[in-house]
Amino acid sequence: MTRLTPAFADPVLDAQASFRAILEAMSRPGRIQRIEARITPPAPLCAAAAAALLSLADADTPLWLDAGEGVAEWLRFHCGAPITPDIGAARFVLACGAAPSLDALDIGTDEDPQLGATLILQVAGLVAGEGWRLTGPGIQHEHRLRVLDAPADLLAAWARNHALFPRGVDVLLCAGESIVALPRSVMMAEG
Amino acid sequence: MTQSDAPSPKTARQRWMAILARASAQELSARLAALPPLPAAETLRAPETGLVMVRGRAGGDGDAFNLGEMTVTRCAMRLGAHVGHAYVAGRDHTKARLAALLDAALQDGALHDAFMQAVVEPLAAAQREVRAGEARKAAATRVDFFTMATMR
Repeated sequence: MTRLTPAFADPVLDAQASFRAILEAMSRPGRIQRIEARITPPAPLCAAAAAALLSLADADTPLWLDAGEGVAEWLRFHCGAPITPDIGAARFVLACGAAPSLDALDIGTDEDPQLGATLILQVAGLVAGEGWRLTGPGIQHEHRLRVLDAPADLLAAWARNHALFPRGVDVLLCAGESIVALPRSVMMAEG
Repeated sequence: MTQSDAPSPKTARQRWMAILARASAQELSARLAALPPLPAAETLRAPETGLVMVRGRAGGDGDAFNLGEMTVTRCAMRLGAHVGHAYVAGRDHTKARLAALLDAALQDGALHDAFMQAVVEPLAAAQREVRAGEARKAAATRVDFFTMATMR
């Protein structure tokens, strides 16, 4: 059995601070936000992904993850989120290794597009000011974003995902304490 | 509510958790102070107070209904490899923390017997005594309703 570690030092204020950071990230797609969370999640979970799940996931949001039993136990204890083996039924999908295909995730319905899943994808690093060109709501001209070790087919999958609007999947890219949101409304092109 | 100290069908852990949850913070800290100090414990979930819906059932085959909400404080502590949990009635955070710490200690094979002897069994005896006293008082005021025929 792996040893459980504590979550947020202050459950209320830290969850509010990381919710604010996620809100900022969603409002300004491609801008890197930092989650100043003093937490030590079990490997391979990074601090930003852990803080995002602690802020967003609860007993009503089925969670799919590929991070192993230690992380599953930690999230079950601190979020109370049910872990589901069916990726299509999950409201939050945590990918620490290879990114699952966006097509496999729940995209919601035209009447309830908010039911679409959120993919929390851990990447090697996030660099602003170069790489992909992001345009769309929340971006005045364009934001540039380079994702280190990004899945090769992400841009093609993203084009399909964007075309489904208002249905679709939202993505949170996490690296260390940095977080970038890709809401389904954003358009991405090769830089 | 029926309160039984019999180990069956409850597990041993359910029994000591129930006894710890019924004891007061003063009782727990007094018992704990008499023992050698525990190794440093880590708070996994600081005490937090919430409401739990208590459900009831009229008879064995009745429909479940919501009896009412109850204030419950929960806490989780880790002592070495063991995680102790406490769910206690009321909003006493000190008591929840002590009960969780004692639950963790009681799961540790090396500490179990000493803590059962020094903490749980005396508390269980005291709680039994209180219940017996209440039962005696209630029994003294009991009125048996007999029909006139049986009275004569």
